[in-house]
Amino acid sequence: MARDADLIVIGAGPAGAAAALAACRSGLSVVLLDEAAAPGGQVYRAPPPGLSVAPERQGADERLGDALRDQVAASAVMWRGGARVWSISDAFRVDAVMASGNESFTAPRLVAATGAHERLVPFPGWTMPGVIGLAAATILLKSQGMVPGRRTVVAGCGPLLAAVAAKIVAGGGIVAAVVDLAGPGDWLKALPRMASRPDLLRQGLGWALKLGAARVPVLFRHTVTSVSGEEGCEAVTVAPVDAEGRLTGGRSRVFEADALAIGHGLVPGSEIPKLLRAAHRYAPEAGGWAPERDAFGRCSVAGLYAVGDGAAVAGAEPARLSGHLAGLAVAHDAGRLTPAAFEREAASVQAERDRMLVFAGAINRLMRARPAMVEALAPETVICRCEDVRRGEIEAAIAAGAREINQLKHFTRCGMGPCQGRMCGETAATLLARHVGSREAVGYWTGRPPLRPVPLADLLGQFDYADIPVPTPAPL
Amino acid sequence: MTALRIADGFQRGAAVTFEVDGSPVRAHRGETLAAALMAAGIVRLRHSPRDGVARGAYCFMGVCQECVVRVDGVLRQSCQVGVEDGLRIELRGSV
Repeated sequence: MARDADLIVIGAGPAGAAAALAACRSGLSVVLLDEAAAPGGQVYRAPPPGLSVAPERQGADERLGDALRDQVAASAVMWRGGARVWSISDAFRVDAVMASGNESFTAPRLVAATGAHERLVPFPGWTMPGVIGLAAATILLKSQGMVPGRRTVVAGCGPLLAAVAAKIVAGGGIVAAVVDLAGPGDWLKALPRMASRPDLLRQGLGWALKLGAARVPVLFRHTVTSVSGEEGCEAVTVAPVDAEGRLTGGRSRVFEADALAIGHGLVPGSEIPKLLRAAHRYAPEAGGWAPERDAFGRCSVAGLYAVGDGAAVAGAEPARLSGHLAGLAVAHDAGRLTPAAFEREAASVQAERDRMLVFAGAINRLMRARPAMVEALAPETVICRCEDVRRGEIEAAIAAGAREINQLKHFTRCGMGPCQGRMCGETAATLLARHVGSREAVGYWTGRPPLRPVPLADLLGQFDYADIPVPTPAPL
Repeated sequence: MTALRIADGFQRGAAVTFEVDGSPVRAHRGETLAAALMAAGIVRLRHSPRDGVARGAYCFMGVCQECVVRVDGVLRQSCQVGVEDGLRIELRGSV
């Protein structure tokens, strides 16, 4: 049986929670679904039950997360955690696997707020145990109280580098090195725009000071070229690169480490707008393929709104504000908020969001995709982790006539495994774009259910064969 | 309990014991299976189906599917499962 509401929000990070709360305040009945047990998303993730974090360890993210959870709890929003949304059929029926089995929800309006995932340009050894994402490292540090290894190399680009390294040091761990694709000049160039968020700039400088005090080697304009070990990470090799991530041929260095936390930026996880066939555009400044939206998150599909980093990567606070705007737009479109009240309430939120997007623009520039890194990959390097598809096989498929990303998938199985192309999609598309001219020509994976893999047993639930009504067969 | 657990500032949940391929592993309530295995020094969780090479948890947020193990016989992403007393884990996620 389906539960009906005025609005379903999928994803309870800052964007989704703000959308749900704003719509709820206008009197709409709202269902808020998330895979996690508590609202918060990745940045404002709640510590799991059983683990408590001492006040001196709590920063702004913890406080903002607690405030978000308090607001959801105090509201009339129907919160359903532990919900793995796997199917959305048109206008709008949402199916989610919960502890109780499959549940369906229906509503005329849907907000997709499913956040981003990490981009990672492959290198030899990137599939080895002990190599984890930068975002993964923050989850371990913040909500599990663990460092990723005994000695960790932190590599990639963007502010998470310093955040992760500083938290490892603060937790008593060892950071063998910080390896940053960007150079000091790139950071200096970003500074004026980063000054628009003094709170975050101060936080960043704090991390940098912490690393300096711990004498952690920081290698600017360097990249990881390989990871080696028996059945896990034992050594990380790094080498200098130019501004586009191309190896300069300079001296490489090897760091002994049992963990490598690495990330090359964020990609919007817009699987829901793709599944619902909303129009998308390739927007490198937003992290990749992004749903086309108006200023309030309205997509090209009536009743569908996309907000937060799942629609355009901009960070947690801009996500919250974009969610707030979409919540107001939902209330307006449902006739629960007069146009005058909508404009009045939206104006200040919009102004604040636009101010914050200045900072986000500077960060996104640091975390931008660097296609030259992909172009330099060796033929034997694995691109698709799930199916162990190598670059050479992808190039062979392109030579054999694959001209579009779904065709490439059919030719090679790249993107056909259980991660559904989330890990390899950016790399495969970049390789194909070299031959067909642009990412637009390459396209994106066609959205299909299930949005996430679900065990068949969870959909079927408990049943006895004897209880299944079987009609008497027709006489022969 | 191990070097990877940060000693200061975290109050951990009650101790639990679960079984990994027949051997007991201790952890704390509130920890995900993926994190608890990592802290116990178990980073190789499965082998990839095509090349048969070692894999471990990568994204820790339910996206990459690399941390899939059998939990009481059912394939689960270990980063999405909380540890509990008596869980039976088998490190054979894909084949």
